[in-house]
Amino acid sequence: MQRMNSKVTTHELDFFYGKYHALRSISLALMEKKITAFIGPSGCGKSTLLRTFNRMYQLYPNQEARGKILIDGENILDHKQDLNLLRAKVGMVFQKPTPFPMSIFDNVAFGVKLYESLNRCELSERVEWALQKAALWDEVKDKLQQSAISLSGGQQQRLCIARTIAVKPEVVLLDEPTSALDPISTARIEDLIFKLKEDYTIAIVTHNMQQAARVSDYTAYMYLGEMIEFDDTDTIFTKPKQKATEDYITGKFG
Amino acid sequence: MISVYLRRRLINAVHLTFSVLAMLFGLFWLSWILLTLLGNGLSGITLTLFTEMTPPPGNEGGLLNAIAGSVMMVMLATFIGTPIGILAGTYLAEFGHSDWLAAATRFVNDILLSAPSIVIGLFVYTVYVLKVGNFSGWAGVFALALIVIPVVVRTTEDMLRLIPDSLREAAAALGAPRWKVITLVTWRAAEMGIVTGVLLAIARISGETAPLLFTALNNQFWSLDMEQPMANLPVVIFQFAMSPYESWQQLAWSGALLITLTVLGLNIAARIFTRKQGDIN
Repeated sequence: MQRMNSKVTTHELDFFYGKYHALRSISLALMEKKITAFIGPSGCGKSTLLRTFNRMYQLYPNQEARGKILIDGENILDHKQDLNLLRAKVGMVFQKPTPFPMSIFDNVAFGVKLYESLNRCELSERVEWALQKAALWDEVKDKLQQSAISLSGGQQQRLCIARTIAVKPEVVLLDEPTSALDPISTARIEDLIFKLKEDYTIAIVTHNMQQAARVSDYTAYMYLGEMIEFDDTDTIFTKPKQKATEDYITGKFG
Repeated sequence: MISVYLRRRLINAVHLTFSVLAMLFGLFWLSWILLTLLGNGLSGITLTLFTEMTPPPGNEGGLLNAIAGSVMMVMLATFIGTPIGILAGTYLAEFGHSDWLAAATRFVNDILLSAPSIVIGLFVYTVYVLKVGNFSGWAGVFALALIVIPVVVRTTEDMLRLIPDSLREAAAALGAPRWKVITLVTWRAAEMGIVTGVLLAIARISGETAPLLFTALNNQFWSLDMEQPMANLPVVIFQFAMSPYESWQQLAWSGALLITLTVLGLNIAARIFTRKQGDIN
């Protein structure tokens, strides 16, 4: 694999849930403004890996990452790393839509207000910009003050994406963002993810192999906490080097 | 096959019958109480009830001073108890998942929740009334606030625990510090449930008599001085109902009806808020 600009690199990353060793010596690189997909059977550690990139695991006691994760050359596992600033830079969208119990506008403005003091007008512009980017603007522009909970599941998930990019992160983590959605919403979100690549470095965890094949530039196959194979998506899906990867992709296993 | 099925149907019918009978048994007493209360109290609900003071024995009068005293003490007790209860409940739900302080707090809170209210009255009597030297409105407020706190702690914790962690993660993922996650997102998500808890606490203290007997006592006259003994509905009802004077007994019935209607209204409001909370979750 050729070395382009890598945005995020991990070096011999290990992860523990208490005593359980969930990730074993993971070393990989996420390329800047590319989409990297993580596939593998349930419990293989792909979500765990994703949650180390913004140290989301740290919300819970007894979870620990060891090794190095460099973002723009800085080790984010360092104790000096400010968690909130890290998370403003590395956004995350979750499996289930998680609208906050407030208006559509306030949902998108929430993260922006945390780190920037914009005036009313600038804030409105930013909210519109984010909703446009998330392909939701046309559907909600007349009801920005309505509760976000009234939106459909697919709209809620696009709202969550809008909310994440409104903060202008550099990396976006997507944890099975379409697994709770119907096929039409899924297709819209995939289009959206593809477009977001122009501006962001994206990591996506998915159970849907077609999805990984459709949207990603690179694919990592994980199994039991280990990185089995990591390569161009084309290579992984057409001529994987490992037998295990081939078995998983062709559905013989998993 | 068929006999198994028939037996199951028979058992079902028997259980259903007993369940309905048990429900009717409960409702029977409840409606008897309410009807008696309405029958005896309704005639006394007149304008004078709300405009005149509690009368001397044998005279006509109203309950104005008792109503005012009850409203004052219940309101102040709620203002004092609610913030403490919400903060403690938030600590238990958001911070103290597994540490010993949380476990101890939860245990003590459960004891306080089920402590007989007369014990709380005696406690405030010992630590406050005896020290100050006289019965007072403030003493009543402290006793009632001590009853509010455990109720609010419990409901706040329960309601916050119903909020899924995914919502907290989503807010944290945007870079929100923990206190903002709690105040802007989790509290707002649990808002209706927390309000319900406060309403139930108000309903609970509206009818408490024992803690006021040793603290606020009673006052024949109009007084809003919190340093002095203060009239209140439960103690007036207690006193007047035991008296041999018919006009006092009538006022006791009317006061009892007033409290019952207030508590009923608070419970209905609480149910409405609970339903709204259900819509959010």
